[in-house]
Formats: sequence, C-alpha cells, structure tokens
Amino acid sequence: MADQLAIGSRRGLRPALPLLLPAYLWLTVAIFLPLSAMVFFSFMTDLPLAGKDWAFTLGNYAAFFSQSLYSTLLFASLRLGLEVTLWCVVIGYPAAYVLAKVLKGRSREAIFLLVILPFWSNGLVRIFSWAMVLREGGILDTALNAVLPFKINIDLMYSYPAVIIGLVHSYVPYMVLTCYLTLQAIDDSLIEAGRSLGASRRQVLWRVIIPLSMPGLIAGSALIFVPVVGSFMEPRILGGRTGTFYGTVIEDQFVAVFNWPLGAALSFILLAVVLIILALAAPVLRRAG
Amino acid sequence: MATTRILEGLGRFYIVLLLGFLYLPIIIMAAMSFNASPFYQLPFEWTTDWYASLWQNDQLIAATWNSIEIAVITTLISTVLGSMASLALYRYEFRGKKFLQALLFPPIAIPWLITGTAMLIFFFGVGIGRGLIAILLGHVALALPYVIVVVSARLQTFAPELEEAARSLGANQWQVTMRVTLPWILPGVIAGGLFAFAVSFDQFVVSYFLSTPGQTTLPVEIYAAIRKGFTPEINAVSTIIIVVSMALMLLTARFFKFGGEK
Repeated sequence: MADQLAIGSRRGLRPALPLLLPAYLWLTVAIFLPLSAMVFFSFMTDLPLAGKDWAFTLGNYAAFFSQSLYSTLLFASLRLGLEVTLWCVVIGYPAAYVLAKVLKGRSREAIFLLVILPFWSNGLVRIFSWAMVLREGGILDTALNAVLPFKINIDLMYSYPAVIIGLVHSYVPYMVLTCYLTLQAIDDSLIEAGRSLGASRRQVLWRVIIPLSMPGLIAGSALIFVPVVGSFMEPRILGGRTGTFYGTVIEDQFVAVFNWPLGAALSFILLAVVLIILALAAPVLRRAG
Repeated sequence: MATTRILEGLGRFYIVLLLGFLYLPIIIMAAMSFNASPFYQLPFEWTTDWYASLWQNDQLIAATWNSIEIAVITTLISTVLGSMASLALYRYEFRGKKFLQALLFPPIAIPWLITGTAMLIFFFGVGIGRGLIAILLGHVALALPYVIVVVSARLQTFAPELEEAARSLGANQWQVTMRVTLPWILPGVIAGGLFAFAVSFDQFVVSYFLSTPGQTTLPVEIYAAIRKGFTPEINAVSTIIIVVSMALMLLTARFFKFGGEK
C-alpha cells in the first residue's frame, strides 16, 4: 500500500467514479445505446412510432442477402477502400520516410505540420475543392491545354478516378503520420550496420526498414480503409451518377427512402465488417500505440 | 556519397510535390472565390462580391451561428468531462480500467455514417428527435475521446510525487487538483479543447443525419448547396471555414506536439 501511494496511483473504483461517470454516461447515451438501438431496429418491420404496427423480422437482412445489389455495392465499397489505401501507401510512405530520415530540425517540424494541417480542416470543403480542379474547363483542363500543343479534354469530374483522387487527398496525411511515427523510431545505426555489412540500399529497405515500420503501415491502412468503406459524401460530390456505393445507399435509406430498419440492417452489416477489420489490425495497433 | 545526395534531393523534391497535391486544390478553390465569373471562367477578374453576398444569405448566417454555438458548448462540456475522466484514469488503479480505455476507440474508429445513423434512430426512439440538442449530444460524444487521449498524454509527463507532496503538506483533493495538477496539464487541456472545437466545427456526417431544415450547421448547409450546383458563394464560405480551422490547428500545434518528438 505504501508503495502504491508512493507512485501516486491508488486503488479502487469508488473514488474514481465521480470523475469517470459524467464522461462515460455521455458516451453511453450518445454512442453505445444508439449502436445497440440500431441493432434492435434492424430486426423490425417498421419504426414503433406514431402507433404504427411493427413486428420482429429477419427481412432486412434477407434483403441484403437476396438482392445482389447490396452485396455488389458492399464489394464496390471494399474495393474502393482497398484502392484508396494502396494509393495512400504508395504516396504517403516515401513522404514519411523523407520526413523521418532526410529532413532535420525545424524544416522537418514545419513540413510535418504542413502535411497534417489539411487533415484537420474541413473534409467536405476539401472534397469540394477538387471539383474546381477536375471539371471540364477547370484548372487541370485549362492548364494542360495551355501547355500541350494539341487539344485534349480533361473531364474527370463525376467519375471513379475523381472519387479515388478526392479520397486519397483526404486520407493520405493519416498514412504519413502513422508511418512517420514508426520510421522515426528506427535507430539510424541499424541502417548503417546493414549498409556496412554489405547490404544494398534495396536490401536494407526490404529487410530492415519496411519490416520495422510495418506497425505504422498497418495502423495507417486500418485508419484509412475503415472510413473509406463507409464514405458517402465524397462519392456523391465527385462521383455523381457513378458514385453509388454502399455508404450512399445507407444514406438514401435515412434521408430519401425513409426505410430506417433496412438502413439499420445495412449499417450493422457495415459495422460488422469494420469490426472484423479492426480486430485483425488490433494486435498491431496496440503494439504501435 | 554522391548517390546519397541525389536521393536526398529527390526526396525533398517529392515532399514539395506532395505539398502541391495537398494544397493546390484548396488554393484554387480560394482563388475562385475572388473571381468575378459565376461559372468559374478565366481570365481571372478580382472581386469580393461573393463575400459581400454571403452577408445577404440569412440561412447561411443562421447556420454559421449554430455551428459556432455548438462548437463552443461542445468544447466546454467535453473539455471539463474529458479532463475529469483522464484524471481518474491516471490516478486510480481498478479492475476494468483497460476496458474503459478501450471504450474510447469506437467513437473514433467507427465510421461516422454508422454512428450518425445510429444516433438518429436512437434519438428518435427516445423522443429527443433531430435538431440542435441532438447535434450537441453527438458532437460532445465524438469530441470526448480526443480530449481524453490528449489530456492523458500530457498527464504521462506529470510526476505523481508532486500530488503526493501537496497532499502530505495538507492540501485537500480539490486544492491538489486545482493548484498542482491542473497548472501542469493545462497545455494538454487547452490542446484537447481546441481539438474538440475542431471536431465539432468541421463535423459534417453526424450533423447531417441529426439536422432539420431550420436547425442545421454550416457544413450541412454547404453540402446542400453543393448538391444543388456550384456557385462562387460556396467557394467564399468554404475559404472562410478552411482559414478558420487551419488557424485553429496551428494554435493547437503550439500546445500539442503531433510528431511525438520531445
């Protein structure tokens, strides 16, 4: 007991409760009860509001499994998540490496902040800003036609590549952040040791640097993949009619079609997929954290 | 060593390219808010008309006030509740502590689409319904984990002996907290508060599902406008939002190191 006091931590939940309760009650009311309610409603025929009749049913889940539309869209969203994550690795990892191992001192700090900064600004507005660049007669179109001798039409707006570009732009800072944190922790002497023992740059990269920074890569991938699979605003704005994904169908159930129980079932299926992915990544995340 | 030089030079060049990719669209969007053509046509002609017309847009101004109000209240509530919880998690050892810490991750990790629709269903079911109260309830819950994580990180640097010393000198729990612990963790609390403000002010998805036509926030209003068609007026209000949230984050960075360096 004396030891416990000496390090300042004290036993017992009782004295901690008054400090903990307000925050966790709030989380319960606004996050955990709603998630439970969503599961509950997903088994109903209709919302028990205004005296409407309702009954328990498996119909909402049957709809997912019987109509190929929903599973097709879920796979489209999973593919979108995979592609965006891969692009973020390809673009973000080298940047994280340069930040961690090439740049030093104040310039590193400043550039790191510049990379992270847009991530904390409004996501919706950043997606909208791509509309200015990608549309026909937009900046990309005008600039390329001014430089190139022949006339080309760049109209990427309302296409699958536009959705990818917008999402990569939104999420690549995540990858830079997580990879930077693990790359920075790699002792430079390990790299030098490898080099002086005769390994080529490529061998050092594949045998030393990448294995040691794997936790950052996996953490970043999980943090990007999960929200992209659930994205709906980005495909709506940049994808137009081609931008129908699993997320947009869920959105429709709540704001257009008003089939909330079906929306709840679709949301819950997405949640299950997300939880499986997070569970797979959890051991690595914990070690990285 | 010449190869090393060249590779490092390439690396620096690559970072410049990445920054271009990250910032060019935003800069172009901002530039277009000062362009006279309503159809974003070039050549560029300077005007501030689009900003002036924002002042006539009552709907947008009302939504802006809602956003600010909700962000301020969210900041106050989540900073106080979050700091309290962080203190408890720091001071006391009890069973289930790991579990309580793990509970902070679902609000961050689960896509907002799921959280938002779940809140909509639940708030409707219990009679809170949609509107500003529902949005506030949601925003505080989303901001709390960030505050707790940031304040806890700061608490890791706090020597518990200081609390013990104050206690053995006769200070009671309240005095220890207010005079010893709080001054030390204040940068963390301020950073947590700024995070909370940013989470709330930039939040779109959850607000979108919880808003009603009269009771809405700025991002929701912008989304509705974008879907009707683009006008430079959207560029103007978007530029204002970007400048405000980036300034906020620069301010946060003064109090909280993102890089994890000492």
